[in-house]
Amino acid sequence: MAEYKRLFALGAEFDNAADIYHAAEKVRDDGYTKWDCHSPFPIHGMDKAMGMSKSWLSAFVFLCGLTGFCTGLGLVTITSFGIYPTMVHGKPSTWGDGLLALQFFFPVMYELTILFSAFGAVFGMILINGLPRFHHPVFNWSRFGKVTDDKFFIVIESSDPNFSETKTKALLESAGGKHITPIYDLED
Amino acid sequence: MADTTTTTATPEDPLAEYAVSLECAPEVKKIPLVAHERSLNWITENVTVICEEKTRKWWWIAFFLFSPIALLVPTLLSYQVANGVGVWGENQPFGWAWDITNFVFWIGIGHAGTLISAILFLTRQKWRTSINRASEAMTLFAVMCAALYPGFHVGRFWKAWYLFPIPNWNGIWQNYRSPLLWDVFAVSTYFTVSVLFWYVGLIPDLATLRDRAKSKIKQWGYGIAALGWRGGNRHWQHYEMAYLILAGISTPLVLSVHSIVSFDFATSVIPGWHTTIFPPYFVAGAIFGGFAMVLTLMLPARLLYPQLDDMVTRNHVDKMAKIILLTGSIVGYAYLMELFVAMVYSGNFYEYNAFFNRATGWYWWHYFAMMFCNVISPQIFWSKKARSNYIVVFIVCQFVNAGMWYERFVIIGTTLAQDFLPSSWGHYTPSWVEVFTFIGTFGMFITLFLLFMRFLPMICIFEVKAVTPAADPHHHPHGGHDDHGSHEAKPHGADVPTLTKPSEAAAH
Repeated sequence: MAEYKRLFALGAEFDNAADIYHAAEKVRDDGYTKWDCHSPFPIHGMDKAMGMSKSWLSAFVFLCGLTGFCTGLGLVTITSFGIYPTMVHGKPSTWGDGLLALQFFFPVMYELTILFSAFGAVFGMILINGLPRFHHPVFNWSRFGKVTDDKFFIVIESSDPNFSETKTKALLESAGGKHITPIYDLED
Repeated sequence: MADTTTTTATPEDPLAEYAVSLECAPEVKKIPLVAHERSLNWITENVTVICEEKTRKWWWIAFFLFSPIALLVPTLLSYQVANGVGVWGENQPFGWAWDITNFVFWIGIGHAGTLISAILFLTRQKWRTSINRASEAMTLFAVMCAALYPGFHVGRFWKAWYLFPIPNWNGIWQNYRSPLLWDVFAVSTYFTVSVLFWYVGLIPDLATLRDRAKSKIKQWGYGIAALGWRGGNRHWQHYEMAYLILAGISTPLVLSVHSIVSFDFATSVIPGWHTTIFPPYFVAGAIFGGFAMVLTLMLPARLLYPQLDDMVTRNHVDKMAKIILLTGSIVGYAYLMELFVAMVYSGNFYEYNAFFNRATGWYWWHYFAMMFCNVISPQIFWSKKARSNYIVVFIVCQFVNAGMWYERFVIIGTTLAQDFLPSSWGHYTPSWVEVFTFIGTFGMFITLFLLFMRFLPMICIFEVKAVTPAADPHHHPHGGHDDHGSHEAKPHGADVPTLTKPSEAAAH
């Protein structure tokens, strides 16, 4: 049996969105940085309550979309003008004329822009979130399973510079947290 | 436990969900999206019970009824591949017949799912939350049925990969100026993006199933699919952004897909096809037919799982019926405008003839079936009584399903049968292979949907939770900080009218 040794974080449970929202504001005002609010659904305004900035995923998706567009443009032009000039319907088939008559190629570029953006959005989100990650110390806390049902949790990590087992516990208590529990990391 | 905190919200009139008032601003009389002020736990229990309970008898009956029908698809397509495309009834000049009709029919049905998940999301129509999962699933299954047809229509199915830009020994590339190739890109992108969108929506709900799973197999299965989701706000932040972006890019995508499908026709020089009205007309028709299919699936689901009534409320059915009325009227307008342009405005003899033959030629009854089913039958939805009678709604939806198929056949069939020269006109009758392949796609569609209902939450649990009053941390923008209590949901087990408890539902 492995032993639970290293303290990973302190967790507190809340019963509703309003409580965790205000608790989050308190934790934010105390200057914590390595902590998170776990909830069954995204809580409106929680980013602000936690002092988080806007997600930068959109910038990544924009780059993906641009890549998709360029891929589409390259695919249609290189194959139709370069590798094997396709002469159909008397449409321009050389680089010089062809680049001025790109409108027929638009749907392919359009669809590839969307396709690449979608891949960027989904896999970008998964990567930024550090998923898939099947083992995480919070799962060692038996009450945590309720996070996907109707309970709300604040988890403050011990690696936070402000972290102190007593002070953090007091903060979570004053913020209305219940079942304040130390969460241990699994060590071999 | 704060579960027992009292709520200051007065118990609403149980009939309030039916109240649609034109006089009041929506802020004044808001119909709750989840009826009976259900708690978060109630939502979890009552959606997951569908996947967790013992398989019900009706499910097995339905499964053994429809899965053999689904087997018609691989059987008859193998027969077609073995014997050649001649086993279908189409021939010159009828090169596109039931196959392309069914392709357009199925792809159109898919569009309602994307409309609900993307366009209604962008327009902040929160009622979409309880129907988006099932309709997105419907989209995927419909697109699967659709994608079969163009692949097998090419005749030599084993060469269908020529559709994709893969370098081959001929050194020849695709003609990227062809709408048929645009279709390949549009439909494959549409399917891929729909799968991604659907899966992203599923992640938090798969985590719910993972956390509730009792058996090891389920824990592993749902656990792997849930990617280790922990519901942290640092994850939700990117998750919501990804969802918003997906909605933002799916909207132009869904509009482009059916526009491009319509380009297959509109860019040709066949009378009756060569028209600029096609893209908007096809998109409206797709949404129209798709909503009818959503209701076709959701109404029986509500009947089988009565607890869904509180999430897919009468109000939802009412709204969908209104969308059917609106899009049906747009489609009706398009039919009449098309007729006007062809018969009166264009002054083109062939256009005139194409439409004259549509209404009075060999396939006249298809035309009138289309007109009745798509334009006249949804008009009953002007009446509130009709919209709130599920039997009427269901029957009208069946008319619409049939009508949208007739529409595609009318566009494709009547036009090809009688184009320019009477000497090259030709009649068409579907062969038994085509008929049974089409029946088979319905079996496939329903079988896939049954499997979906059984193994995945058919309601988006986390999104429905997010639209309950309990999810709102406070009132925006002028809500004070002292009014939280009033937005609490009633605690689980409080004296709210009980429709079905999960335990009762499971005992069915």
